[in-house]
Amino acid sequence: MTTPARARLLDALRAAVGADALLCRAEELFVYECDGLTHHAARPFAVVLPRTSDEVVEIVRACAKAGVPFVPRGAGTGLSGGAVALADGVVIECARMNRVLEIDPVDRVAVVQPGVVNADLSKVAAPHGLHFAPDPSSQLACTIGGNVAENSGGPHTLKYGSTTAHVLALELVLADGDRVRIGSRAGGEPGYDLVGAVVGGEGTLGVVTEATLRLTPLPEAVETLLGIFPDVVSACHAVGAVIRSGLVPAALEIVDRRTIEAVEASVYAAGLPLDAGAVLIAELDGPAVALPRQVERVRALCARAGATRIEVARDADERQRFWKARKGAFGAMGRLAPDLYVHDAVVPRSKLPEVLAEICAIGDRHGLRLSNVFHAGDGNLHPNISFDRRDADEMARVLAAGTEILELCVRAGGVISGEHGIGTEKQDFMPLLFSPDDLGAMRRLRDAFDPDHRSNPGKIFPTTRACVESNPKARGYERVSFDA
Amino acid sequence: MSIGPKETTEAIALYTRSLDCVHCGLCLPTCPTYRETGRESSSPRGRIYLARGVAEGKLALSDAVAEEMYLCLGCRACETACPSGVRFGSLLEQMRAEVERVGLRRGPAKRIESFLLRHVVPHPRRLRAAISVVRAIQAVRLDALALRLAPAGLRERIALAPRVPHARDRAPLPRLVRAHGERRGRVGFFVGCIMPELFGDVNHATVRVLARNGFDVVVAEGQGCCGALHAHAGDRETAKRLAARNVAAFAAAGVDVVISNAAGCGAALREVGEWLPATGDVLARRVRDVSEFLDAEGLRPPPTPFPRRVCYDDPCHLLHGQQVEAAPRRLLRQIPGLVLVAHDDAAACCGAAGIYNLTHPEMSRAVLARKMRSLASADPDVIATGNPGCMMQLRAGVVEHGLRAEVLHPVTLMDRAYGGGRSVGEPPYL
Ligand SMILES: Cc1cc2nc3c(=O)[nH]c(=O)nc-3n(C[C@H](O)[C@H](O)[C@H](O)COP(=O)(O)OP(=O)(O)OC[C@H]3O[C@@H](n4cnc5c(N)ncnc54)[C@H](O)[C@@H]3O)c2cc1C
Ligand code: SF4
Ligand code: SF4
Repeated sequence: MTTPARARLLDALRAAVGADALLCRAEELFVYECDGLTHHAARPFAVVLPRTSDEVVEIVRACAKAGVPFVPRGAGTGLSGGAVALADGVVIECARMNRVLEIDPVDRVAVVQPGVVNADLSKVAAPHGLHFAPDPSSQLACTIGGNVAENSGGPHTLKYGSTTAHVLALELVLADGDRVRIGSRAGGEPGYDLVGAVVGGEGTLGVVTEATLRLTPLPEAVETLLGIFPDVVSACHAVGAVIRSGLVPAALEIVDRRTIEAVEASVYAAGLPLDAGAVLIAELDGPAVALPRQVERVRALCARAGATRIEVARDADERQRFWKARKGAFGAMGRLAPDLYVHDAVVPRSKLPEVLAEICAIGDRHGLRLSNVFHAGDGNLHPNISFDRRDADEMARVLAAGTEILELCVRAGGVISGEHGIGTEKQDFMPLLFSPDDLGAMRRLRDAFDPDHRSNPGKIFPTTRACVESNPKARGYERVSFDA
Repeated sequence: MSIGPKETTEAIALYTRSLDCVHCGLCLPTCPTYRETGRESSSPRGRIYLARGVAEGKLALSDAVAEEMYLCLGCRACETACPSGVRFGSLLEQMRAEVERVGLRRGPAKRIESFLLRHVVPHPRRLRAAISVVRAIQAVRLDALALRLAPAGLRERIALAPRVPHARDRAPLPRLVRAHGERRGRVGFFVGCIMPELFGDVNHATVRVLARNGFDVVVAEGQGCCGALHAHAGDRETAKRLAARNVAAFAAAGVDVVISNAAGCGAALREVGEWLPATGDVLARRVRDVSEFLDAEGLRPPPTPFPRRVCYDDPCHLLHGQQVEAAPRRLLRQIPGLVLVAHDDAAACCGAAGIYNLTHPEMSRAVLARKMRSLASADPDVIATGNPGCMMQLRAGVVEHGLRAEVLHPVTLMDRAYGGGRSVGEPPYL
């Protein structure tokens, strides 16, 4: 962009949001160069902080006029580089669009601006006996806009489903500045399920400026068990057994020893046993009368799978502490090394034991500090690698191990992302999973919303220098045999 | 100050601290300046990233970086939220020291601040003299006149100024106050610099409550300002000098426990080990906040009912700086008839932050307004908080936002519940 063109764009943005909401000093931009994935960085041209969807329309129009791309951003907790502005783009930071516009306890609906923090919504809904069910571990910080864009999940996704099951309607500002409403408050949408496309669209289909969300009643009773296992693999067997038994737990999470050590050294210490090889957190919820029997069944199944001890949270406080520990796990890993690579992949539950064993072997082979804390009930793995991005050799080993892990998961019949999205992180792994034709269909959808690729360009789709060979038959999820 | 082998150990420590952050963002919602602005650069994660950028030589230590370091309240809410154990408080102090070293901060606010911090606060006699002047001005209502004549910006600052208490409350504490009833132990008392002048009543109440609970209270000679304000303002050298004086004073007094009733001072005293690695640790480990101490030892509950509706508000330097959260609440609940009501924003900074309310009045008032809204809906008779800066700020907030509540130190509430100073009538003190 030429200097006068830059100045014109800045003027237009300033006119749209006011001087106080436009950031363009080098230092202010520097901190927007990455999200939770620190090794993919690019500095934006400017950052704007709108308060209303009208302002978003103005911003997007100004960008369109200047031919400059834009990237919506929430709290920047994303783990796939989604909120990073490539190509000198403008970051549309939604943090100030943080109003809950309506809570309707009869329709069980919330209407919110995109910058509302996930946990804040549940807090506002709580007096009505309701909550927003998707509960990513980052829920104290991440925003509804980010949840929608990444189709985020959480521990309770096992029973309640990920974000997509809780979005009824959206207001969306398209890349040309048109404002559209998709979906319906009553649920269901005649014609194409466009809400379904935008949820998980990673900000490439436009800026979500308002969301109408489903609220879920708080369960009458909750019980949380800790199964203490000698190793991760036996904990995985317990997960299989619980699911096979026909129970529908609210959550089944596994935390391994390395993670427990880090968490117990942190402010989120909850008294998780330091002598455990792995802990299975199993939560059951529902009518109070039904729970004691379910607790006993889970207890028995864990014992049979090799649990050395089983504890039950004594009260709501202790349960809260367990969950805080689980959810603080990623941050706590920062105690081991300056950086953490949080991987995210899904395998069929039945494959969990073998895949976990192989993942640990990959970590060892590369001499890396790898730990596992994951949504076991969903088969959603998070192998975490602690590293130091200043060490080029280690960085290379981290990336190599990451590739092997993703390939392993695809071979096992899984997919390359469960909930963190593709972003810039995994775009070049897309061919592992999708044929050129598959990707072509996705591209055409994107083109229909944003023909000039101005909304969060450079994400999801493979770059031309894709490091994984495109394979027309590479539909990993159709393979059933497991040959690791 | 990009980091090379020739760097000072402090600069390297700063850099190493910045590496503890894994950029998870869990601290964002707890940060008052982020909540107000939504700006990443005004968030803990952003500030750490700036520090790291400067340390790695990717960013110059510029005015913009300096601004963010001073817009930070230093409340350390981010530390309590951080699973990675980032020591943000020390990182901030080192960044500020670095800003001071390169001389980036200028202007009248900076000059007044450094004059007060270097030449008045550390010297009890000068501080006393200065405060007496203010007291005289207030006595003849000159301040009210000034309030009317002053320009708007200054007017807010004058309104914030606390009323200087009567000389009776500013009377020095006895060197030793004997335990009342059965003796349970002996403790040292940290007096502070501003406390005896502006909150002498709180100091007297603290000593009385300790004595009533069976402790001999030793007011160690030679102690003085804790140095917190200096350290927060980037003047580590003065802070260390002041700390050394306190280390010596309490060593000479031969006490195993040092009681502080000002959260900011207590938090700073607990860090003395870091400022003075060789000698400071002993003092740092002995420091207890008065509420923490009484809670651990077991309070002798006041005998008569003291019915009040009370909101407890956490001082940042108690909650985040010393991880004391439950103790003061438990103590207050033991006062018969007292009803403790929760309020939503109790854990958030009030915006006082040392002299922040003078240097950044706008942000300070925005942060305060949020808390006052939460307090207004709880509608208490008394707001209890254990730090002088917070008490001043909340008193100003009560006036500005039209609340009916009285703002008191929890120890004052306990003292009143016991019947205060005069009713017991046991000479010379209780
Ligand atoms: C400690 C930690 C734990 C995590 N745990 C989980 C977990 O359990 N489950 C899970 O699913 N994820 C998890 N994540 C990942 C992350 O928190 C989620 O992806 C979250 O939804 C991102 O929200 P955000 O507000 O931070 O979005 P950002 O990171 O700011 O943005 C993420 C994406 O959303 C887009 N976006 C943001 N706002 C809008 C909008 N208004 N309109 C359109 N697009 C928008 C951005 O362009 C970007 O592509 C975790 C992350 C961390 C750091
Ligand atoms: S100390 Fe307080 S104001 Fe400063 S970054 Fe931390 S939370 Fe924010
Ligand atoms: S919570 Fe800690 S690790 Fe996470 S971003 Fe904040 S300072 Fe960094």
